[in-house]
Amino acid sequence: MAKRIDVSGLNAYYGSHKAIDDISMTVEPRSVTAFIGPSGCGKSTFLRTLNRMHEVTPGGRVEGKVMLDDENLYGPGVDPVSVRRTVGMVFQRPNPFPTMSIYDNVAAGVRLNGDRVRKAELDGIVEKSLKGANLWNEVKDRLNKPGAGLSGGQQQRLCIARAIAVEPQVLLMDEPCSALDPISTLAIEDLIGELKEHFTIVIVTHNMQQAARVSDRTAFFNLAGVGQPGKLVEIDDTERIFSNPSVQATEDYISGRFG
Amino acid sequence: MSGVTMNKPLVADSAPKAPSGLHQPRLPRWAPAALALGAAAVGTGIGIGAGLGSHVQWGLLAAVLYVAGMFALAARVEGRRQAKDRLATSLVWVCFLIAVVPLVSLVWETIARGIKVLDGNFLSHSMAGVLTIQPGGGVYHAIIGTLEQVGIATAIAAPIGLLTAIYLVEYGRGRLAKAVTFFVDVMTGIPSIVAGLFVLSFWILMMDNGYSGFAGSMALAILMMPVVVRSTEEMLKLVPNELREASLALGVPKWRTILKVVLPTAIGGIATGVMLAVARIAGESAPIVLLVFGSQLINNNPFEGAQSSLPYYIYEQWAAGNEASYDRAWAAALVLIAFVMILNLVARGIARWKAPKAGR
Amino acid sequence: MDITPATAASPPPLAGGPAPAEQKATTRPGDRIFLALSRGSGILLLVIMAAIAVFLTVRATNALSHNEGNFFTTFEWSANSTPPVFGIAVLAFGTVVSSLIAMLIAVPVAIGIALFISHYAPRRLSTPLSYVIDLLAAVPSIVYGLWGALFLVPHLGGLYGWLNDYFGWTGIFEYHDGAARSLFTIGILLAIMILPIVTSVSREVFLQAPKMHEEAALALGATRWEVIRMSVLPFGRSGVISASMLGLGRALGETMAVATVLSPSFEIGTSLLDPGGGTFAQNIASSFKESGEIGKDALIASGLVLFVLTLLVNGAARLIIARRKEYTA
Repeated sequence: MAKRIDVSGLNAYYGSHKAIDDISMTVEPRSVTAFIGPSGCGKSTFLRTLNRMHEVTPGGRVEGKVMLDDENLYGPGVDPVSVRRTVGMVFQRPNPFPTMSIYDNVAAGVRLNGDRVRKAELDGIVEKSLKGANLWNEVKDRLNKPGAGLSGGQQQRLCIARAIAVEPQVLLMDEPCSALDPISTLAIEDLIGELKEHFTIVIVTHNMQQAARVSDRTAFFNLAGVGQPGKLVEIDDTERIFSNPSVQATEDYISGRFG
Repeated sequence: MSGVTMNKPLVADSAPKAPSGLHQPRLPRWAPAALALGAAAVGTGIGIGAGLGSHVQWGLLAAVLYVAGMFALAARVEGRRQAKDRLATSLVWVCFLIAVVPLVSLVWETIARGIKVLDGNFLSHSMAGVLTIQPGGGVYHAIIGTLEQVGIATAIAAPIGLLTAIYLVEYGRGRLAKAVTFFVDVMTGIPSIVAGLFVLSFWILMMDNGYSGFAGSMALAILMMPVVVRSTEEMLKLVPNELREASLALGVPKWRTILKVVLPTAIGGIATGVMLAVARIAGESAPIVLLVFGSQLINNNPFEGAQSSLPYYIYEQWAAGNEASYDRAWAAALVLIAFVMILNLVARGIARWKAPKAGR
Repeated sequence: MDITPATAASPPPLAGGPAPAEQKATTRPGDRIFLALSRGSGILLLVIMAAIAVFLTVRATNALSHNEGNFFTTFEWSANSTPPVFGIAVLAFGTVVSSLIAMLIAVPVAIGIALFISHYAPRRLSTPLSYVIDLLAAVPSIVYGLWGALFLVPHLGGLYGWLNDYFGWTGIFEYHDGAARSLFTIGILLAIMILPIVTSVSREVFLQAPKMHEEAALALGATRWEVIRMSVLPFGRSGVISASMLGLGRALGETMAVATVLSPSFEIGTSLLDPGGGTFAQNIASSFKESGEIGKDALIASGLVLFVLTLLVNGAARLIIARRKEYTA
């Protein structure tokens, strides 16, 4: 059920400032696509345009097309709330709802759906999602404890469980490991490898080793200078990007010559 | 820990119950506005038709119609979740309107009715020789009273408040500081009438002094002190510690460091806080009723004999209960509001003007 | 930085950082005087607080020793007759009831406006709006009183007649024609008066709600209201409670607006819409000028009760704030 994303001619603005300029790319289903690039190059902004989160920021505005299979996310009559339900997101810092238990956190999105979910069914969804996020064994005995009591890495996996519980087609991850220690990072990376069997995954990362480890395809973003909009430089198979990129700037960035 | 393999296919694969897609039936963008107009029209219609006397009812009717109508419409077209969202949105808007109406009316009434008799004559004359039922007379004596009482109160409260805040921030450790902090909080909550009763009991009843502007000033000072302490404390805490340490490390004594480094850095914020406190006590009338007693005449001496003040004057003119005195009450209210607002605006002006300095 | 030659010359600079400088501070006359002054101010504040409690208690005891009625249950305020008879039952009832009505009206509306400013209004509207609300908090209470007496009261008659038609059978909303100078009107007026302060504190709390939790809810496909319910309201709850308590403290102690609008009487009627009743603060202001020595002391006694009442309410608010600080830290 994972879907293909097809972006064409996408511009995003903060007020009058153009943050990303004319991006077109295709993200394959059931694969991991990594976005890399220097700070401020617009990769996170671009990620947020893929589930219409960008327009939530004051002044945020988007032009262009994002096709999810054959539906344009920015087409007329499209409900952003349904878009975000179909395209899930995991954030840089783990953000479980502080007032909710582990169970309620995972169930939060499902409960929103409104139609009364039976308790047994909800139990099943919570268990399946926590298992899917490799967290079940660690928390199954304390599902009613607050989610904020978990370690950082566990919290992030809880957020992933919460995101996949609503059965999205695509999972966006915005530097999901940057606030975590190396062991937790490894756990998340393994998890990403498993999740791509079922979801289309897009991950923004600052860590190039991570991009090389987890992704099938890598997109390199860059900006001409401070205040300039970010651009997509190239997107290709990860192996190629890291061994033999077709653009000089990509090679410079990857070999650490700048950024 | 990541070794758990997934036996079952994950959620995304299992139940393809996703609704046809991303398109949800939505109400057109103009729907809320149209409905609001409709509700207002129907509310007015019912109001006129049923001969409801007060416009309050018309408004309430229209509001209820709008909220209910929006909910029903959204529930039909967009579904239950969206309908709840619409309900919340319309309630929030209605709250806003409910609040705006009386507040705008208050300002409007004061200006519209106050402007009638407000002129140079009104500002420069007292009520001496004016019968309350006659038009004429003015607020000069009340302005003098307010300025003197507030001035003395500020002269008492500002230094004490300032020094207390300095003590709490720069020196305060241990039990005394804790006690002071706690009681400043307590003091913030004292009703103004209680502060008035206190001064009444010890200054007038026990020490047998007469009613005077000064007695009122003492009560106002009690009300003002905690406000000054709180705001000054906040401002001093904003001064970065590095500044103090840099100065101390140069061998500058602590008291000079405070006077020459800390206070100048925070002076904008402190001034703002004091001005806001002044604005607050300038409108206080309860202690004045108990302690200053009121007067129709100009009394320039705050330490001897009854005085008036702007808030007291408004109360007195209202109590006189005739058209001429109501006009004077509104005009005085306008003068008082203008005074308080100017203080507020100046205070905020200072804050804005000095703000970048504090951040440096 | 401003260093005069005298101070720059005196101690060996950079001898050992702030610690020795602080030790030395106590020995320097300038420091000693300054510390004494600032500590003295702090102590003076404590003395004033103690004096308030002591003087009020002393005068109140004097009044109570002459009282022929029961201070808590007597429905009468004849403190100037001989023998004096007075009790606070009516005042306590009026104070609590009018403040509760004010809270019931003001708190939901204030939450609504605060949410409007923090999450609903377009930014062009929300900034000036919060500014205006702050300014309205500074409007003197006597002006509210004047407006209440001369504008609000005449406009409420129709509404009260209506309430009487439909809800008169409850007894609470019974209304016989006449000026609407009743406890309910006081409640409405107090609600309008505390609206700005409750709104501006709630708004601050709502604005502080962590963006990341709001985004989490959004990314799950929550509507705006669901975002607020999931991430803003739980975070802001204690803040709203303490804001309401601060508002309640103000409503309880409000004097002149009540004295201007209410038509007082010393009885407790079932109807909230008919004129009558009284509050502590209003009674003090209204009866003061006709009071003799015992009469004044009796008013002071009622003031002491009001003082304790507001202390309890404010104390509760502080407690909630303090607990919240611990929670978020």
